Amino acid sequence: MIFGRSERGKPPVEPVTLKILVAGGFGVGKTTLVGAVSEIRPLRTEEFLTEAGRPVDDTTGVERKHTTTVAMDFGRITLREDLVLYLFGTPGQERFWFMWDELSEGALGAIVLADTRRLGDCFAAVDYFERRSIPFLIGVNCFEDAARYPVEEVRRALDLDVAVPVLLCDARDRSSVKDVLVGVVQHAMDHDADRRQTVTT
Amino acid sequence: MSTDGQGSSHWFDDEAGPVVRPYAMTRGRTTSAGQHRLDLIAVVVAEPHADDPDADLALSPEHVDIVDLCRDAPQSVAELAAGLDLPIGVVRVLVGDLVNGEFVHVNRPVPPAELPDEGILRDVINGLRAL
Repeated sequence: MIFGRSERGKPPVEPVTLKILVAGGFGVGKTTLVGAVSEIRPLRTEEFLTEAGRPVDDTTGVERKHTTTVAMDFGRITLREDLVLYLFGTPGQERFWFMWDELSEGALGAIVLADTRRLGDCFAAVDYFERRSIPFLIGVNCFEDAARYPVEEVRRALDLDVAVPVLLCDARDRSSVKDVLVGVVQHAMDHDADRRQTVTT
Repeated sequence: MSTDGQGSSHWFDDEAGPVVRPYAMTRGRTTSAGQHRLDLIAVVVAEPHADDPDADLALSPEHVDIVDLCRDAPQSVAELAAGLDLPIGVVRVLVGDLVNGEFVHVNRPVPPAELPDEGILRDVINGLRAL
């Protein structure tokens, strides 16, 4: 009986957990964004991957690497004792995309962080979330030395659906990141409402 | 082998990989019998009346560490992996063992097919605004 508990003592609070993904190109500020709102220093989880097709126990060249580490940084926000939100930075390298499938499963939504100097870096992430109809928004991380563009211009450059919100933000700034997170959840709610309507009609 | 001038420390850098291969801790298993793949945010909760894991010789020190951490507070799979510096795959197998041994149970997050209800999403928004 899995939920059996002892009579004595207060049972621990078992929180409902939710996750939001933070995607975008390398060096766009994903971990900075997670760190700006997380109550814990961003933690790193790792997974070792054995390179397929090579003998695992081949020890002839130890200096040759047989495993690769995929690292994901994540942070936690305890909204209530029984409600915890996790933010996961997706691995930047495109060859680790299969990890995204696992990460995105059950995700509430995603933030695609963009740098206007390298907008092309986030095409892949936009495409990924569009295909899987995971609600996402674009957070344009306003780097100090980058030219500012109006959101409509960013929207056009990324060829986004009109429903996808584009927000300007500063990944270092807690209140700015909070706004982005609220935006994602809001967008997920709208997205969900649309979906329910499509099902009922 | 120390032709690069780094001496014996050469062997212990990250390039050489972990000293103990991570899946040695799971005795080579990469999946746990009867377990669905645990989500990264699945919450592992210690069973309050479970036996002392230290007394169970079938358990490894890593198993015991997991139970100890979860006794302090329920932990997500991702937090356990980060806290114990173990790969996620290893933590999944070890948690599977502990579920079978009834030392812990796992609360799965909202199933991917169904989104959390609107009430929860509102709570999240309100919670974020109140931060």
